[in-house]
Amino acid sequence: MEILMSIVVGILFMAATYLMLSKSLLRIIIGTGLLSHGAHLLILTMGGLKKGAAPLLGEEASSYVDPLPQALILTAIVISFGVTSFFLVMAYRAYQELGSDNMDQLRGNDHNE
Amino acid sequence: MNNIVMLPLIVPLLAGILLIFFNKYITIQKWLSVIASVLAVVMSAMLVQEVRTNGILTVEIGSWAPPYGIVFVADMFASLLVLATSIIGLTSILFAFRTIGPERERFYFYSAVQFLLTGVTGAFLTGDIFNLFVFFEVMLMSSYVLIVLGGTKPQLRESIKYILVNIVSSALFVITVAYLYAVTGTLNMADLGQKIAENGQTGLLTVIAILFLVVFGMKGAIFPLYFWMPGSYKAPPAAVTALFGALLTKVGVYAITRVYTLIFIHDTGYTHQILAWLSVLTILFGVIGAIAYWDVDKIVIYNIIVAVGVILFGVAVFNSPGIEGAIYYLIHDMIIKGALFMLAGVMIVITGTSDLRQMGGLLKHHPLLGWLFFIGAISLAGIPPLSGFIGKLKIVQGGFEAGEYVFALFVLLSSLLVLYSIMKIFIHGFWGEVKLSKEEEKGSTKGLLYPIAILIALSAAFGLGTEAAAPYITQAAETLLDPSIYIQAVLKE
Repeated sequence: MEILMSIVVGILFMAATYLMLSKSLLRIIIGTGLLSHGAHLLILTMGGLKKGAAPLLGEEASSYVDPLPQALILTAIVISFGVTSFFLVMAYRAYQELGSDNMDQLRGNDHNE
Repeated sequence: MNNIVMLPLIVPLLAGILLIFFNKYITIQKWLSVIASVLAVVMSAMLVQEVRTNGILTVEIGSWAPPYGIVFVADMFASLLVLATSIIGLTSILFAFRTIGPERERFYFYSAVQFLLTGVTGAFLTGDIFNLFVFFEVMLMSSYVLIVLGGTKPQLRESIKYILVNIVSSALFVITVAYLYAVTGTLNMADLGQKIAENGQTGLLTVIAILFLVVFGMKGAIFPLYFWMPGSYKAPPAAVTALFGALLTKVGVYAITRVYTLIFIHDTGYTHQILAWLSVLTILFGVIGAIAYWDVDKIVIYNIIVAVGVILFGVAVFNSPGIEGAIYYLIHDMIIKGALFMLAGVMIVITGTSDLRQMGGLLKHHPLLGWLFFIGAISLAGIPPLSGFIGKLKIVQGGFEAGEYVFALFVLLSSLLVLYSIMKIFIHGFWGEVKLSKEEEKGSTKGLLYPIAILIALSAAFGLGTEAAAPYITQAAETLLDPSIYIQAVLKE
């Protein structure tokens, strides 16, 4: 199971890298979304995918799944959610102000405009 | 109890929250943020003194014993950096009063600064690797706000690059933490250090060590990963750049120092050798950038990269003079980079340009500014009575003791080029014929010089009073050189 998940995560990272190297800003943001999906799945996988009850003491099972990675993922999800929404709004503003979403045209060191 | 450890963290956090309610009342905002910053300076000075008398202080959040709960650890290294952070915070806020303008101040500028200080302080004090990630994000999120606040075209353009680079490095951080958790099953730094000491640093852990170097190197701008910095730090106003240049990269440097002196110390022939090579290349590319440009900001920005390289070389040699030198140089560099960015900001305020070729003769009308810059410049290069000297001396000494003669000589020679790059600003900006008469100047220096004077005076005092600072630095270096002190203080065996 872990091997399968690792391959899936690898494909997610591959797609994310490909998208982030493209020219359109929106594709780059989609790439960052895929990258954080991959990272979150990786935490889950690396915590171990053995069978057990959900981490609720009311279940009264003999073994539970590891609760720590789930807490870490929850934290990482909200953080990446905040950053992504900020990035999206910034991309929208940049499109309004600069009139382009092509990263090639956002180049340059000229700061005097 | 030991709650004093939390105070330098709580004060800016509460101030940041409080400031949200007063966004329309600029006078209240200014008073509140100055009071909070002075309070933070006092608290962190008390923390330093407390650590000096009682050794490492720890706070177990919610009384959960480590490694199960989150623990905050104030050793001397972290406390000194917290003190330097709060001083930089105070002076940047004072500098911002006259430079930042009401249109930014009304939109939560001071809140964002306080949250940035919270993030930096938390990153220095935490004893948990995932908590470090969270504080990194607190710091980065506020820095995204500060870099884009104002919404001018260059700011928007550079913010996109800055935010993208940091999203990638944050994702890498999460990935690295996941690997580390899979291998060791713990996230507490002291527990990690102990577990790895007991079970040996396997090949997997060395891979993770290098991944951490990539992650923190991207935050701290080391050689192949510094590409985002020159553009990003050029875009925001001078008060913000001073905060960034003094604090943000130094958090990356601190994190590398922490993991490479506490956790991954069992295969130094591989990991620390890579760190040594990268730091020397960082210095090389930094000085190339510093001497290439005719832009005041760019020269100071590339000097950050040089300093990061010098500090990390001290860490890489990993012996007592090297580590002590790195701590001296880190504190010196935080103060002096803050001062230099503000000085560059004042020069731009006066002349309305950052191009050195269009400046000249500033010394005639602004002698105080000129001589403050001169002291800052020679202390950056490390001329003996000033603060940059002792750090670099010890780093070079550490390099010689470790047998890295070529690298140590290279660090020494880089000072020459640093001096050249910064003196270029002095010679072309302050000497020569006067290009602007008093009436043609674009702005006044009223109220801008005293935060700079505070920093320069501090830096001079740090250089002249090395004897007084020595016991603190030695105590900080002892903990870094012998991780068992840290581990025992946290796990209390």
